[in-house]
Parts: sequence; structure tokens; C-alpha cells
Amino acid sequence: MTEGILHRSFLDLHELMARREISSVDVTRATLERVQRLDPDVGAYLLVTEEQALAQAVEADRAYAEDRANALTGIPFALKDIISTLGIRTTCGSRILENYVPVYQGQVAGRLLESGAVLIGKTNMDEFAMGSSTEHSGFFPTRNPWDRDRVPGGSSGGSAAAVSAGMAAFALGTDTGGSIRQPASLCGVVGLKPTYGRVSRYGLVAFASSLDQIGPIARSVPEVAAVLGVIAGHDPHDSTTLRAEVPDYRAGLTGEVRGLRIGVPKEYFPDTLESGVAAAVSQGLASLESLGAHLVDISLPMTDAALSCYYIVAPSEAMSNLARYDGVRYGLREQAADVWTLFDRTRERGFGAEVKRRILVGAYALSKGYYEAYYVKALEVRALVQRDFEAAFQQVDVIAGPTSPTTAFRLGERLDDPLSMYLADAFTLPANMAGICGVSVPCGLAGGLPVGLQILGPKLGEQTILRVADAYERSAGFNVLVPPLTFGAPA
Amino acid sequence: MTGGSQGAGYRPVIGLEVHAQLLTHSKMFCGCDARYSGARPNSHVCPVCLGLPGALPVINRAALEQTLMVATALNCRVPETSRFDRKNYPYPDIPKGYQISQYAAPLGRAGHLDIFHADGPDRVGIIRVHLEEDTGKTMHSVLDGRPVSLVDYNRSGVPLLEIVSEPCIHSPDAARRYFAGLREVLVYLGVNSGDMEEGVLRADVNVSLSRGAHPGAKVEIKNLNSFRAVTRALEFEIDRQAALLEAGGQVAQETRGWDEGQEETVSQRSKEYAEDYRYFPEPDLPALTVSPERVEEIRRTLPELPAARRARYVDSAGLSPYEAEVITQDPALASLFDETLSLQPPGGSKAVANWIMGELLRLLHEAAVPLEASNISPRGLSGLLRLLGDGTITNAQAKIVFARMFETGAEADEIVRREGLAQIADTDELAATVRRVLAENEALVRDYVEKGGKTEGPLIGKVMAATGGRANAALVRELIRSLLSPEATAQ
Repeated sequence: MTEGILHRSFLDLHELMARREISSVDVTRATLERVQRLDPDVGAYLLVTEEQALAQAVEADRAYAEDRANALTGIPFALKDIISTLGIRTTCGSRILENYVPVYQGQVAGRLLESGAVLIGKTNMDEFAMGSSTEHSGFFPTRNPWDRDRVPGGSSGGSAAAVSAGMAAFALGTDTGGSIRQPASLCGVVGLKPTYGRVSRYGLVAFASSLDQIGPIARSVPEVAAVLGVIAGHDPHDSTTLRAEVPDYRAGLTGEVRGLRIGVPKEYFPDTLESGVAAAVSQGLASLESLGAHLVDISLPMTDAALSCYYIVAPSEAMSNLARYDGVRYGLREQAADVWTLFDRTRERGFGAEVKRRILVGAYALSKGYYEAYYVKALEVRALVQRDFEAAFQQVDVIAGPTSPTTAFRLGERLDDPLSMYLADAFTLPANMAGICGVSVPCGLAGGLPVGLQILGPKLGEQTILRVADAYERSAGFNVLVPPLTFGAPA
Repeated sequence: MTGGSQGAGYRPVIGLEVHAQLLTHSKMFCGCDARYSGARPNSHVCPVCLGLPGALPVINRAALEQTLMVATALNCRVPETSRFDRKNYPYPDIPKGYQISQYAAPLGRAGHLDIFHADGPDRVGIIRVHLEEDTGKTMHSVLDGRPVSLVDYNRSGVPLLEIVSEPCIHSPDAARRYFAGLREVLVYLGVNSGDMEEGVLRADVNVSLSRGAHPGAKVEIKNLNSFRAVTRALEFEIDRQAALLEAGGQVAQETRGWDEGQEETVSQRSKEYAEDYRYFPEPDLPALTVSPERVEEIRRTLPELPAARRARYVDSAGLSPYEAEVITQDPALASLFDETLSLQPPGGSKAVANWIMGELLRLLHEAAVPLEASNISPRGLSGLLRLLGDGTITNAQAKIVFARMFETGAEADEIVRREGLAQIADTDELAATVRRVLAENEALVRDYVEKGGKTEGPLIGKVMAATGGRANAALVRELIRSLLSPEATAQ
């Protein structure tokens, strides 16, 4: 079997498996071989679960033989290493959890494994999902398969890179301020951040609980739709999940966008937008118009304020969520004569600089005397951001613009400049603040690097934004952007 | 009130924060068994109450219901919306690094509790009633010759009610009465076992000494788990503060602990009490909505509270305030009283009260069991009182029968029949016995005659002994009087 098959849609692979033309064991083995060949140069995986993967593949082939397979059965996938997996190390990209093995199964991991999908491994990420380049991993940076001197984006950079390079058919990432959509954009794949509460967070190690959401990354919209159908839905273990029924997302991909009103916010096209990105996105919008959609100029005046208040809300919640890593029950423990010194030393050694920076910001914003001025104010702004979108969605069906203001930047380029790193999420984090859904779909290349078109929808508007993204993807003619891999041992 | 403080014109200002574990089956935010007493350490734990990464809380409805009962019984206002907040502070027995509590929007506000005592009712204002989770427990021990700290998380996540009083209490005794009154309400509502030795009810008290319009510095004494500790700690602290002020010193605003052995409060200056809990809304839980209709429904179905019951006993059952107080101390006793009374002919309340307060309490005390574990039922007690009332048995016999009922659970008439305990009311039979006793006790008879009939007691006792307690005492007295009357002896 050739590795070429690994860039085909897994929906096709499923058909081939159903007709017994290929087996899950074949596909899994090929995927593992590709990981072995390419990943030393990419660094997408923190852990490859080879043995378990092969055992699952055997089980998947049995499921096909016994006619109890679904679209995900036997399909190799990867999980961002912040999603708990029973018995499989889950580090969150942090030294503090280097040896932490969950004793319970996270909700989405459970749903995917029960559907018969084959876990290839756990992917690299910015430590505790804090970052936009995967350079803040506590272990090593991940490189962009399109250009290994460049970042894959982040924080779900390992997941996006693995899917882009054909080292997994799909992956799950998490998106707190853009951490699925931005790396998807930079790696030339499709990434969806569902509506807050659409997918259970039970087992997702929390960064900012009111913003975090798990979502799929794949090489095409129908694949993303198929994965979302499996992971979405109410979970009694997560009180913030929505009770709304889960539609058949794939069935909604009609290719039809005639008469649809697409809002184009002027704030998403600032002067500082990279010209190549602006060109590719404009072309994408023009294609949608030619398919019969109406482009409507709109304004989202709270866009700038959203960025500032995001960097109050997210660190505040993070400060609290990360307090449990104290060396007492699990994870890293530094020895000390008393428990307070043990806490301090463990956290000093276990956390990286970016995590410490955010804990400090959060502790400051929530402290006596500053709480009203920072945290309360940020929540007020957050309500205004929500109102911004609500007003916009009175006028239009979806909102479209660039996912990221730039294509993939160079490794190290922004590492010492947190503010420029934070700006990478300027167009994505408002959706998290508002709890709405958004998808990034490739819309061409600029300077040989992928550009993503972001489509935002109202709460529970996944069907609509996937339909628009799918219609665009079909018309654009490049169902899949394949990186020109110029590295790796020969196949 | 202690002499020193009053003499110097200081007025103690005291407030209590009472923590009460709720009697729910499961813990506050997970399904673990909340009844951990006597269980092996860390055997009632799960990912949620251990605060494992990715685990999420789910609200226990029963705990919510019980809190609403308490808030309503304490005449609190229950706002339509309330919510949980995170109280952030690092401590080894707080597995998440924060406690889920309520801060800005508690379930109950602005209530009061009326405490009855000899000088009339005292109204203690209640600032708030809120729900939170209990912490784990740290123990210091020696393992393999080395000092170690061990943490047991069985208690972690047990639902805990916090009831905060206004600082409107002015003596240690009034503080004790309030604490006892609160305990009584909680036990009556069936939401707390009242078992203070198990630590299910604890108080933090704060006390300051004011002079005229000048308020004093507030000192908090934490974790008092007996009425005696509350009284003694407050007495000590008032004396200590008064002595300090008298000597021209100043009282430091601080947290102190109560040393039970030394009977003194001691300063707790430790790093962990930085006293900035950085409260913010718990993002993992939705806001709570309680409709006014639901509050009304709870109010309507509340059981009769001890204060109302006492008033009813005094006003309509004709008991003395003391009797009412004793019987309402334990809701089970009060129920026994009410139910027994309902089976009795009118006017029997004194007799029922006497039996409960006398024989029953004595036997319960001797056997060291609660009423629920004894064999005494309203039907049983009522049956006994009937036999006593119609003269079938004497008072002395009734005590024997009651003791048998207590031991065996048999009905009174069955015991009387089986043991031949019916009283001798036959005058001829009894007269013969009396004559025999008089003949055998010449000295007593001489004494009786010499003192003009004032020493009949010992003679009655001899007759009762001779009949095995079966004689009707009144009849015996009558027979002795007539047989030893001057007319009779003169013959």
C-alpha cells in the first residue's frame, strides 16, 4: 500500500474498508510508518501509542467483518495531549505532568475509541494550551510541514501538523482563543471550534474553563463534520454542555449558499493584515459571492477590546485551574522540608515561562483592590463582545474573514515578544469570548504558505458554517492542500 | 460575661460562622458516598473530589434542596439567582487549589433565628446561608521513623453549609445558646446529624471589644466543635483582649486557634492565610435559579421547628417552659410526645411528659442509645398509660413494665399478663396482708402511734414489698390508717 492513500479523505478510506479493499491494520501500519519517517523532523507527537493502535486496528477490522462499523471505525487519529486518555500519559505539554497517567477516560476520547477510531498518539502543544506557535511546549517545538523553519501555529500545533503531514486522518484540538483555527490556518487544514457547550469538556484539562472547547481538525470539511457528529452532545458529567440535539452534520453539506448573507467585518481587515493573506481571503470571499452568497459589510467594534479582555479572563481562570499542580497528589514533585516550599519548588521547576506569566497576570487581576478594575471590567466587555455578534447575526447568516493576520511565522520570531504572539489570535478569540462557533478552511497560499478563511456562526450554527466552508472547498478545487514534504527518510 | 471586661466598660461583639455537613447520600459535586465516618482513608474518592485534571463538578440537587430548607427556616430571603464561586487558596487538603463556595450570590440572605431562654427571646440576625464543599483532612504522623504528613480526601467534597450570623451577640453564653439553637434547627430539618464529636458541626467565632462608639479589632477563633469550646474560647478571648486593652496595649486583628488542653487561644500566624481568596464565578457550573414559587413550596412543607413546637407545648398542651424545652431538644422525643398524646384521652399531656422526661430519658441515658434505637413507640407508651390510668397497675409496677418494654419491645398489657403484675385492689386480700405486716413490725407500729400517724411511709413500703409492688398504694394507706386508728387500737 502506498503512503499516498494517507492523504485521501477518511470517508473514502471508510468506504474502502467497508468493501474490504483495504484494512484498518494496513492504514494504521502505514500511518505509523509515516510517523516514524516524518515526525523526527516535524515533532507533532509527544507519544505514539503504536501497540494499542495496532490492537485497535485489528478490532476495527473485526467490526467491519461483522458489519458494525461506522465512518470513524478503523480510522487513525491523534489527540492533543491535553485530552485525558485512560492509562495513556497526558502531559498538557508540561514538565509538571511529564509522568501523569489519567485513571479515568475523558468523554471525547471515550466516544472516539468506542466508535472504533484508532488512536495513533498524543500531540504536542503549547504548555497548557497557552500560546500560538507550539514553541511553548515544555518538551520541544513542533515544525510546520510546509516549512520546517516556521511554526505550525498553536496551541494545537501538533494536531494540525500531524493532519497536514498525513500522520493522522484527523485530530482533536482545543480552542480557547483560536488554538484550533489558527494552527489549522497555518498548516493548511480545516479546523472547527464548536459552540461553547457543544462538546463535553469532561477530561479536557482546563486552561480557561469558560472559553475552552474541543474540536476536530481534518483535511476536508466533510471529515470535520463527521468527527463533530461523534463528539458533540450533552454530557451529564459536564454541566456546561448544551442539551440541543446533534444534527447530521454531513447531511447538511448541500453545497448550496445562494442567498446566504455573509458579513465581512471591517475590523478583520486592518492595514497591518499581511497582503498575501488579504488577497487570498478576498479571493475566497469572491468565490462565495460567485456561488450566489451576498457579501455584507459589517462592523464588530469590540474586536480590539476583546483581545484586551481575553488576556484578563483567560489568565484569571488559568491561575485558578493550574493551582492544583502542587506536587502533592500526582505529577512532578520537588522534595522540600515543608509543604509550602514543596509547592513553590515544584511549580518553579514544572511550569514554563509563559504559564508563569499568565498565572501572575491572573493572580493580579483577581486580587483585592484590582478585581473590579480588571476582572469585573473584562466581564463587562465580554458581554459587549457577545452583543456585537448578536447584533451582527441579526443582519447576516455568517461572518467571514481571515483566520490569522499572517501566514506561519518563523520559529523564534515572536518568542521574546508576548504581545506580538498574542496578536496572532486577534480574529479568533472574539468567538471564544462570545461562545459562538467558527471554522477555518484553507483558501490558498501566500508565498507558498497556507492561508485560512475563517467562517463564524451564531451559537449552534455549526451546520451553517460547515455548509459554507464545504461549498467554498468544493468550488476552490483543492479539496486538500498537500505540503511539499522536502524532508524525512525515503518511504 | 466575664467580670474584667464589663468592669472596664468594654462590650464584647461576637459573630459566628457555623459550618454544618449536610446529610446527603452523595458528595456535593460527585457521586461518592458522603458518609465516610470510619471508612479507610481515601476510599470515598473519585476524579472529581480528588480534583484530577479535567474532572468537572456536577451539583448535588439534594444538597441544594436542604440548603433551601435551612435558608427558609432561618427566615432568609432566597434570591432568584445565585451562583457558585471559586475560593482560591493553596492547601494540601484542597485538591483543586480552590474550594467551590458561594461568595457574591449566596442561596440565602438576611434572615434571623429567635433563641428562647429564661430572660425572653433573643433574635440573632443571619447575614447569609451558603453552600460549599468540605476539604480533605491532613494528619501528621511518623512513617518508618520519619515525620510525614498524610492527607485523607474522604471528606473532600462533602456538602457543607455555612451560616454566618450578624455580629450582634454580646456574651459567650448567648453565643452558645445561638449555636445550640442553630444545631437544633438543623437536626429538626434532618439536614445535619448534630453529632459534634464527629466534626459535622463546627463554628468559627469572631469577637472584638468595643468601648462606647469605638469598635475594637476583630479576632477570629477557628474550628470550635463543641458548645463548651465556644463558651470557653470566648471567655478566654474576652479576658485576654480586656487585659491587653487595660494595660494600654492593642488587640491585633488576627486568626487564633483554640487549644483544648491548655484552654487558651493561640495566634495562628501562618503563610497560608494571606486572606485574599481571589473569588470569581465558578465557570464550570451554571448559575442557580430558584423561583419564588419553589421557595414558597419549601416553606409550606417545612417541618414544625423547635421554637414553634415549644410555644405550642406551653400554650396548648399546658407544659411548663422547662418541660417543653426538654422534650423539644430531640425531634424524636418531641414526635413521641405528639404521637403518644394523640392516642390518649384529652388532658393527658402532663403524664406523657413526665414519662418521657423521667423514665424514658433515664433508660436511654443508662443504655446510651438514641430513642430511634430503643423499643419505645407512641402506641406502647400510650398502652402503658392506659393501664396506669384505669388502675390495672400501680405506678411502681408501671416502671417495671416500662423497663421491660424498653428491653423487649413487648406491649404493656402483654407484659402485665405474662408476669402477673396486675395490682391487688381486693380490699379483703390486702387487709389480710396489712394485718400480717403490722403484726410483724411492732417497732414501726409503735413509732407510728407515738408520732400520731406521721410515719406511715415505712409501713406502706413494707406492705408494698410483701406484695411485690402489686398493691394499690392509696388503698394500703387507707387500710393502715383505719387499722391503726385510735378507735381501732383502743379496742
